[in-house]
Amino acid sequence: MKKLIIALVTLLPALAFASGGGANLMHAPIDPTDKASLQNGAKLFMNYCFGCHDTRYQRYNRVAKDLGIPKELMMENLIFTGVKVGNLMYNSVEDAQAGKWFGQAPPDLTLVARYKGTDWVYTYLKSFYADPERPFGVNNILFKDVGMPHVLQDLQGVPTLVETTDEHGHVTRSTVTDSSGEMSDDEFDIAVRDITNFLNYAGEPSKLERQSTGKMVIGFLFILFILTIFLKKEYWRDVH
Amino acid sequence: MLTNLVNWIDKRIPMTDAWNKHVAQYPAPVNFNFWYFFGSLAMLVLVNQILTGIWLTMNYTPSGEEAFASVEYIMRDVEYGWLLRYMHSSGASAFFVVVYLHMLRGMMYGSYQKPRELLWLFGMFIFLVLMAEGFMGYLLPWGNMSFWGAQVIISLFGAIPVIGDDLTLWIRGDYVISGATLNRFFALHVIALPLVLVILVFLHIVALHEVGSNNPEGIEIKKKKGSIPEEEKAQFKFHKQYTDKYDIVDAVPFHPYYSVKDIMGVVGFLIIFCYVIFFAPEGGGYFLEKPNFEPANALKTPEHIAPVWYFGPFYTILRIIPDKLIGAGAMFGAIVMLFLLPWFDRGTVKSVRYRSTLHKINLIQFCICFFALGVLGTMAASPTANLIGTIASIGYFGYFIALWFYSKNEKTKPLPERIAH
Repeated sequence: MKKLIIALVTLLPALAFASGGGANLMHAPIDPTDKASLQNGAKLFMNYCFGCHDTRYQRYNRVAKDLGIPKELMMENLIFTGVKVGNLMYNSVEDAQAGKWFGQAPPDLTLVARYKGTDWVYTYLKSFYADPERPFGVNNILFKDVGMPHVLQDLQGVPTLVETTDEHGHVTRSTVTDSSGEMSDDEFDIAVRDITNFLNYAGEPSKLERQSTGKMVIGFLFILFILTIFLKKEYWRDVH
Repeated sequence: MLTNLVNWIDKRIPMTDAWNKHVAQYPAPVNFNFWYFFGSLAMLVLVNQILTGIWLTMNYTPSGEEAFASVEYIMRDVEYGWLLRYMHSSGASAFFVVVYLHMLRGMMYGSYQKPRELLWLFGMFIFLVLMAEGFMGYLLPWGNMSFWGAQVIISLFGAIPVIGDDLTLWIRGDYVISGATLNRFFALHVIALPLVLVILVFLHIVALHEVGSNNPEGIEIKKKKGSIPEEEKAQFKFHKQYTDKYDIVDAVPFHPYYSVKDIMGVVGFLIIFCYVIFFAPEGGGYFLEKPNFEPANALKTPEHIAPVWYFGPFYTILRIIPDKLIGAGAMFGAIVMLFLLPWFDRGTVKSVRYRSTLHKINLIQFCICFFALGVLGTMAASPTANLIGTIASIGYFGYFIALWFYSKNEKTKPLPERIAH
């Protein structure tokens, strides 16, 4: 019986894994403790993404506090809508209006890293390519017929699609850029990494606190567990 | 001073007597093993859910417009709101983990058999209310999976002939899942069902203490009065309610023996529970499903609508049957089978330790089938999954049918007179 239970429990991860999907995602090399990266990510996000996408569940002052940005700097450089520092981060585009422009209102991105995953965000931002058939002149390998322009094109340059076929007939799709962007490929990777890092933070701002509190809680419980084992043994000594 | 106060109370309500009868002088078999932790753990999780639930309610807004944002408000702006939320969401999954293991314990050691049928039935009602509680609670964050999960499950009632469509309309309070549905689910989730749950738990324990706890050997610790020589009786003071009627053997008072043991179990459980809360609150997408981080959207169906894992086994049974009405019937039938377990089992030997090999194999195949049904319930449907699901469903129902046939004249091992320890 015991062996069977153990066998079933060891099978569990394999079965869980079998249910996962199989898109080719790049790994997002983010570091949630890297304040400089988060600050850069916030800067890039506010300048390139926030025009259309809200992060309406987080507040400016919380971002400033968590990322170590002085309130005054935050007010001057990252609040474009003239609101107070304690406000939720809404942009100045009405959903209904944006719906008319794009066919569909650009989604709020506060939680995008939680429902899509950081690897998805990272890969998505690196997967735009020029496609004259599309209204904005670009398409995306990961998100076919995406309804937004390639907002980072100034930084990346114009990416074109490259399809390579290996001997098994398996097609790999990737992009190469002309060097018309402000950034080199490496610099662009870092920029995308930082935006992803910022969105990962935005998805769950308490994550670092959660994990550090968790270590103390579990440590305490281990000590308590040992004590309760001794307590139980002491009480039961006269029974056995 | 304190003695005076206790005396004052005792003259008015039987406080000390109740404490002794149910805790300090309650005879519990000496041989409880690992499987006996899950009852007290279920109680712990219930308290956790009620307390964290109260504090979540203080900041949650039950309306279609505000619900999703208010959960994020709790996660970000409320002091330790994230902790309360994760304790509650992980607590829901923990509740089902401990309750499923608690039920398996009952099945292994025949704790549902005579005279504990009513105890089992109260337990099953708890399980049923718990499923309703979990289902309604899952709508409250108003994420996209909340919305579509509720949509799928409520539409099941539409399969009922004649009244089906009116019934779903009545449950939702609207033509689609909407703020009206959210509000009534909120009311049921935070007031109605918890009240019922607490009353049922009370009755479950009253029933337990009336008939006494079973144990892994499946033999009674209450022997006929006068049948046991004085020196062989358990050398503890038990409440006269028990000793007047029986000679008690191989037992210890619940407190302090099992209270200290259960505290150990509680701390052990908390290590795992806190690991989930602090390091894996999403439970790999099983405790908090990814699409639920998007607000409810009636125009955007998640790629794969999966119920939370604890509904998996019953959802699979529903899904493998193409006809909606028969499928829903089979799903509820699966739960009815569990209710009727005390009458499917016609045997008199309780513990699996002394039952036939056939019974052991049957119980193991039941566990495998239940587990397989659960895994399939979280996966997308495919022909292979349907085939495995069908086999597992047959195994699930087959357990009860086979039990009814072989348990009447089962070849069991001889039972010992006493618990060896």
